[in-house]
Amino acid sequence: MTTLPTSTEKKLGLVIDLDTCVGCHACVVSCKGWNTENYGAPLSDQDPYGAAPKGTFLNRVHSYEIQPERGSAAQLIHFPKSCLHCEDAPCVTVCPTGASYKRVEDGIVLVNESDCIGCGLCAWACPYGAREMDQAEGVMKKCTLCVDRIYNENLPEEDRQPACVRTCPAGARHFGDLGDPDSAVSKLVAERGGMDLMPEQGTKPVNKYLPPRPKDEIEEIDILAPFLAPVAEEPKGFLGWLDKTLERL
Amino acid sequence: MHPARSIILFTTLSGLGFGLLVWLGIDAQAPTGWVGFIFFVIAYALAGGGLMASTFHLGHPERAIKAFSQWRSSWLSREGIAAVATLIVMGIYGFFLVVFGLQISLLGWIGAALALVTVYTTSMIYAQLKTVPRWNTPLTSALFICFALAGGALLSGRVLFSVNLLVIAAIIQVIWWQQGDNRFSEAGSTLASATGLGQIGQVRAFEPPHTGTNYLMDEFMHVVGRKHALKLRGIALILMVGVPILCLLLPFNHLFALLAVVSHLIGVYVSRWLFFAEAEHVVGLYYGKR
Repeated sequence: MTTLPTSTEKKLGLVIDLDTCVGCHACVVSCKGWNTENYGAPLSDQDPYGAAPKGTFLNRVHSYEIQPERGSAAQLIHFPKSCLHCEDAPCVTVCPTGASYKRVEDGIVLVNESDCIGCGLCAWACPYGAREMDQAEGVMKKCTLCVDRIYNENLPEEDRQPACVRTCPAGARHFGDLGDPDSAVSKLVAERGGMDLMPEQGTKPVNKYLPPRPKDEIEEIDILAPFLAPVAEEPKGFLGWLDKTLERL
Repeated sequence: MHPARSIILFTTLSGLGFGLLVWLGIDAQAPTGWVGFIFFVIAYALAGGGLMASTFHLGHPERAIKAFSQWRSSWLSREGIAAVATLIVMGIYGFFLVVFGLQISLLGWIGAALALVTVYTTSMIYAQLKTVPRWNTPLTSALFICFALAGGALLSGRVLFSVNLLVIAAIIQVIWWQQGDNRFSEAGSTLASATGLGQIGQVRAFEPPHTGTNYLMDEFMHVVGRKHALKLRGIALILMVGVPILCLLLPFNHLFALLAVVSHLIGVYVSRWLFFAEAEHVVGLYYGKR
């Protein structure tokens, strides 16, 4: 049923630390790997070794440059983006077949691929670009929060988290229940001022982003400045004569 | 938004077809016999043909039947149901008209109402999307309904209604274009709000996630088509409103009538092409494009 649940028992999601992410794209690769080899249709590539490679990804890392207001140096922010498992997910309600749904037990937004007709309307409704139509399979693919890992008792306990979180070498990705105010992720969000993306769209995303910490500002103290007074700027002697003569010409 | 040919064809043709069905349904003296047969064939070819065209862009058209299930929340599902209901009701109404020369007016009125509802549900598929501010207005529904009614009146040969409705439709279209040009900035989504980084300073897209293109960029970031938008708006208005009105005001002639319909059809097609090509999806912000 594509009507949204009024509330979910848990709000499983990710917390992404923009201060820590180094932009290595390891999460992109591990996501593509896990979700190609496991649940659902594989994430296909078109022309992967040719001139115009293209493919399906559930997680992509953008990079943004910020020029701070107060004249300090520009900052480069690496920005991983995947499904935010919104509480008010517009992608779910537009689905005509009931293939898209939000789970009552943990709030994960999923696609039942055998019901998906590949109309693409859910991707139109998502402001974040979290859904991509697989060009080989003709069905909509999206982040499952590695639903086939997090409850998978065949895996060692430390692996029961999304592939992107497990693989992140910088510890920039955190997984947990954002509906529980005492969970580690909720505390992290409270402590660091975790934010929603495009709050004006009214989607109430579960995933939160931790803003980059303010950079230290060192006042410019140049102890050598007095000794490095500028030397004569006006040329003298022969050069001065040459300069004047050439000026006159 | 990428202007997919199948969807543009669908909204153009089926809008006209359902518009014609409205007029056939409420006609006090609906055409019977062969004349009626031809009218209904045209209406069904347009409405049904449009619906068929819309399935061409599906990844799995063979599962299309499942799309009738989610009418509680999905406008696309509601559209499917309304369209099929209209075609069934008007089919029975038309059958009695054509075969027995018998007009069941009540059935006609129900069918006409359903046809209008169908056009409205089509418009709501676009108007509901907050992600595309240009479409996200009740005027989109007014635009679709008005053009369906005007086109239907034109096809069924109602000169007075056609001229008036075409003028009203043109006015709505111009207002829709003008308001649409500002709607993206009014909606308030920017790269700063999309990334949440605006508090630090000026945000600029530095590097895209991949060097190549992807589904999102192909589907939502169509920049090329906007270059000639203003000229195309003029062409659309002249073809869908100007030429038909001129043809209608001249002394009646079957050739002029045909010219009016064909010109209107091409004009609406151009307008619908612009409807997609000019529409900007907020996801483009993440890529520094619109």
